[in-house]
Amino acid sequence: MANSIKVNLISGRTIQQGVAIESGKEKTSYRTACGIIEMDNADLKKLGAWKNTNVKVTSEYGSVVVKAVEATQGPHPGVAFIPMGPWANSIINPNTYSTGMPTFKGTPVTVEIAINEPVLLGIELVQKNCGVIVG
Amino acid sequence: MTRTITDVICPFCGTLCDDVEVVVSDDGKKLLEVANACVIGTEKFLHSQSADRVTKPRLRQADGSWKEISYDEAADYTAKMLAKAKKPLMYGWSSTNCEAQSIGNEIAEVAKSCCDNTAAVCHGTTLIAVQDIGLPSCTLGEVKNRADRVIFWGCNPAHAHPRHMSRYSIFPRGFFTGKGQMSRKMVVVDPRCTDTAKMADVHLQIQQGRDYELLDALRVALRGEWLPDSVAGIPAEKIREVADIMKSGRFGIIFFGMGVTQSLSKNHNIDAAIALTKDLNEHTKYSIMPMRGHYNVTGSGEVFAWQFGFPYSVDLTRGFARYNPGDSSSVDLLTRGEVDAMFTIGSDPGAHFPISAVKGIAKVDSVCIDPHMTPTSGVSKLHVPVAFNGVECGGNCYRMDNVPIDCRKVVEPPVGMLTDQEFLTMVLDRLKKLKGVA
Repeated sequence: MANSIKVNLISGRTIQQGVAIESGKEKTSYRTACGIIEMDNADLKKLGAWKNTNVKVTSEYGSVVVKAVEATQGPHPGVAFIPMGPWANSIINPNTYSTGMPTFKGTPVTVEIAINEPVLLGIELVQKNCGVIVG
Repeated sequence: MTRTITDVICPFCGTLCDDVEVVVSDDGKKLLEVANACVIGTEKFLHSQSADRVTKPRLRQADGSWKEISYDEAADYTAKMLAKAKKPLMYGWSSTNCEAQSIGNEIAEVAKSCCDNTAAVCHGTTLIAVQDIGLPSCTLGEVKNRADRVIFWGCNPAHAHPRHMSRYSIFPRGFFTGKGQMSRKMVVVDPRCTDTAKMADVHLQIQQGRDYELLDALRVALRGEWLPDSVAGIPAEKIREVADIMKSGRFGIIFFGMGVTQSLSKNHNIDAAIALTKDLNEHTKYSIMPMRGHYNVTGSGEVFAWQFGFPYSVDLTRGFARYNPGDSSSVDLLTRGEVDAMFTIGSDPGAHFPISAVKGIAKVDSVCIDPHMTPTSGVSKLHVPVAFNGVECGGNCYRMDNVPIDCRKVVEPPVGMLTDQEFLTMVLDRLKKLKGVA
């Protein structure tokens, strides 16, 4: 058991993410679908985290709080998955290496337990990161 | 009484299913039920009916609150913003029809703007590879009727294109594939054991980001040359087995997705995949096709190419079209802080760009044209809600295999609500007057 573990982060579509974006990104269902990190059971054990625990995921480019859930399309030890959306995009590698395409897949990240920190709603998260004043 | 409309086109993904049925009220104002669509497409049709939908343009005030304004005022704001800006960026286009895209391109030309579509964060690197070495491709009808070897590389249609396998690639009984799934061998290459991979005859659980190596190893195996014991985490004998499966078919197809376009080697992965397709054609007939995401991202690339000569990341600031991904691409422009106005339509960069680029949107004057509330509207100064294209208005769209299909209007938009095309025409008229263009 460790205080934090290092994994390789990828992001991508899930059918729950697709439904959530079409039903309204301002809703909590978007957070339920995408404010998560899917981790392999072995990695959850290494971290010493229960399933559905909030965790802080940090990369060279930022950090974000999401809920750690058991991988739905595993096993994939060493690889973690955050569905595409503002949570993943808070920490993925934005470098395009002259292609125009950020490196959405393959960002080294550190995961640590953050049981008392909240997972923000999608629009709220982006507004907070951008310093937008909301009335 | 209700009315059932058949052969409706689903405006969600690039599969552009054309067999959806919707039930509407007799007066055509309410959409009641959806049949045949996947769960995402169904949600898209039904969400258009939600009671909490924004129906009037909203301008953000100094205290952060929204103030409702008219479409005329919204068009004035947008035209003035574009006229004033030195380097505006017009981004999105993939969730609207080709007619609106074409008007948008005219606006971009008058405003001397940078313009880009969602390929920038999707299959942009594919387009670079296609320009490098070409693309031997086919239509989805050919796949349905002929393909007996189907390879999904770095894509997960069970989640991203939910009816792709049932309509075209795996299950249908085609002319030469009369036994449906039994006629085909399915290979999936993915670092996760995805729901698509679980259905495959062979799943190669590749080390993430090692696609280039494995594609090249398959080319080596096809030539019968020496291979190391393992490549990208896959044993050599497994690679040879898959190479034999691939070349033993009568017609093969490689579908590929974000697993290759967004990993570190990017366009070079696609170069290798296309080269593998070329090599396979020495043994049998093979095609390759990108799994396009938005339902009309392909159309946007087509319209850009007709009007500017390039499929995405076009820079018109010098009065003529330049194309240089990395320099003229949205994420780079925003991250470097080179953009002084942001115009977004039919997409959500606020949710799908890296946060460093989204900060670039929040800093400048910005307009977001979108029926939904999104992270992009959340950081924009003006939000213009419009009718749902493909639900409340028709228009031309391109399927992932470049087949154009006309979307259908099935229900009336809320009273007074404009379509993308109508609002863009208002902006174009105003912009021409401001710029003194005839």
